[in-house]
Amino acid sequence: MFLARVLGNVVATRKDPGLRGVPLLVIQPLRPDRTPVGRPLVATDSVGAGAGQDVFYVRGREAAFPFLPSEVPTDAAIVGIVDHVSGP
Amino acid sequence: MGRVVGRVVATHKNEKLEGAKLLLVQPLELDGRDHGTAVLAVDGVGAGVGDRVLLVQDGKAAQQILGRGPAAVDAAVVGVVDSLEVGE
Repeated sequence: MFLARVLGNVVATRKDPGLRGVPLLVIQPLRPDRTPVGRPLVATDSVGAGAGQDVFYVRGREAAFPFLPSEVPTDAAIVGIVDHVSGP
Repeated sequence: MGRVVGRVVATHKNEKLEGAKLLLVQPLELDGRDHGTAVLAVDGVGAGVGDRVLLVQDGKAAQQILGRGPAAVDAAVVGVVDSLEVGE
């Protein structure tokens, strides 16, 4: 999984039926110090995250698992909202 | 290989991740330099912040560590490195 910040949400009326009712959020991947790294991406949301929140997301095949038994065509899914990161 | 740089606390997360310890791991080059983006991984060995660890970035392996069937995880810590010797 990877850290990211939610930048906003995506509205798409015309989409695959498997994506119906699944929130789509724009997220910016973060470094451990919470500075941005890489390009923003669109991710499906399984936890009810909102703009400004720091989250973690899973990439690839496993991104569809939070939505089982629904088969959602996704390659990035938000699976948690970060309360805090304890570090050195 | 990677270095544990933090522990992530998230109250709100996918149910399959309940109770799992999540570590923020920075992948490393052999010489200890950072390599790529930090990864959130399920801890299978009781690693702590500062430890050099063995990191698998594969869904199947991470799910095996978690032991809860299909789950939205794609990385796991599977070992703590005691020492490393590399030839020329």
